Amino acid sequence: MTHEHDDHHEHASELSEMQLRVRALETVLAEKGYIDPKALDVIIEAYETKVGPHTGARVVAKAWSDPAFKRALLEDGSKAVAAFGLMNRVGDHLIAVENTPQTHNMIVCTLCSCYPWEVLGLPPVWYKSAPYRSRAVNDPRGVLADFGVTLPSGTDIRVWDSTAETRFIVLPMRPAGTEGWGEEKLASLVTRDSMIGTGLAKNPKEVS
Amino acid sequence: MDGIHDMGGMHGFGKVEPEPNEPVFHAPWEGRTLALNRALGYTGIWTIDQTRYGIERLPPDVYLSSSYYRKWEIRLENLMIELGLIGADELKAGHALRPGKALKRKLTAADVPNTLTRGSYTRPASAPARFKAGDRVRTRNIHPQTHTRLPRYARGKVGTVEAVRGCHVYPDTAAIGQGDNPQWLYTVLFDGRELWGEGSDPSLKVSIEAFEPYIEPA
Repeated sequence: MTHEHDDHHEHASELSEMQLRVRALETVLAEKGYIDPKALDVIIEAYETKVGPHTGARVVAKAWSDPAFKRALLEDGSKAVAAFGLMNRVGDHLIAVENTPQTHNMIVCTLCSCYPWEVLGLPPVWYKSAPYRSRAVNDPRGVLADFGVTLPSGTDIRVWDSTAETRFIVLPMRPAGTEGWGEEKLASLVTRDSMIGTGLAKNPKEVS
Repeated sequence: MDGIHDMGGMHGFGKVEPEPNEPVFHAPWEGRTLALNRALGYTGIWTIDQTRYGIERLPPDVYLSSSYYRKWEIRLENLMIELGLIGADELKAGHALRPGKALKRKLTAADVPNTLTRGSYTRPASAPARFKAGDRVRTRNIHPQTHTRLPRYARGKVGTVEAVRGCHVYPDTAAIGQGDNPQWLYTVLFDGRELWGEGSDPSLKVSIEAFEPYIEPA
C-alpha cells in the first residue's frame, strides 16, 4: 500500500482540499449558530500550549520521589493526580500501571485512539496508526524494536487494550544513578513514549 | 460491527514510524477539526460512542486512505447531516442556507477551560457485579452489525478477571441512541497463546476492558 504513511506526510492536494472543506463546515456551523469560532481558538491554543506529556512526567517524577503518592497513584490514578493539584479537574478512570524488572507495560487502543489526553496531551500520529494498533497486541516486542527498544530477556510484556473509558498511563522504572535528584530534574527523564510503554525513561547521562 | 477499525492482530500494515519532534497539529485545519468536534460534543447532540460509530461506518477504503483528522472531518459532516442539523447543499455552498435548529447549549470561549476534562462514564448499577477478580471467564462470540467494544481478536477466548472497574455507560447501546444502559466493566487478562495460538510470544499477556454482557463464566 502506498497510502500507509499519509498520516505523516499529507499530500498537498489533501491539504488544500481539507483546508477548504473544514472552512466550509466551520462557516456553516457558525452561521447556523451551533458553534462560536472564538471557542475553537481557545481549544486549539490549549492543546498546543497547555495540555501535554509534561503533566504526566510530573506525575511520574512525583511517584518516583514519594512512596505514599506512588501507592495512591497505583490505587486510584484519577484521585491521586487530582489531589496532586496539577489540574483543576482530572477526568475519571485514569489507571496507572507500573513497570518492574519482571513486567513491561504497553498501552494501545486497537479500536480507535483512546489515550489519556489530560496527562499526555493529544496522541502522536503513530499511536493512532494502523501499524501500531494492529501489532501492539500480538507483536509488542517487534513494535518496541521499531522504537529501538530491546527489553532484557526475562521481562514479560503486558499490553493494555483501551477498549472502554478507562485510560492508562505507564509508570516507567526510575533509572539508576538518579539518587537524590529533585522532582523537576527527574521529570526531565520521563518521555511521552515511556508513559505509553513504547520507550523507557531517559538515561541520566542524557540530561545531566 | 466487524469493520476495518478493528485492527488488533491484523498483518501487513508495516512498521511503526515515530515522527521526531512531531507537532501537535500538522496543519491548521487539523486543529479546527478537533476543536469543532469538541465544541459540537459540548452541545449534547451525540454521545462519544455515536462519534466512534460514525468513524467506524466510513467505507474501509476511505478509512484506510484518510489521515486521522480527515476521518474526523468526514465523520462530522456525516453526523451533522444525519441529525438533520445541516444539509449537504449547505456544505457545498459553504454557507448556511436555512436557520439553525435550537441546541441545548453552545460552547463559549470562556467555558472552554472547564470542558477540557473528560466527564465521568460511571453510572449507578441496577444489580451487583456478576464477576470478581480471579474469576475465569470466556468472552462471547458476538458479531453485532452495530457498535461494540469487544475486539474480534478477543472473542470466544478464555481469560481471567483482573479487576472490576465499576459500572459504566454501555457503548453498544449508547452508540445507537438506545441509552446508557449501564453495565459492569472488568479488566480481563488473556495469555498471548490463548489469543494468538502456539506461535505467540510466551511472555505476552494482553488485557481488554470488557463490559459484563461481553463475558460469561468459563
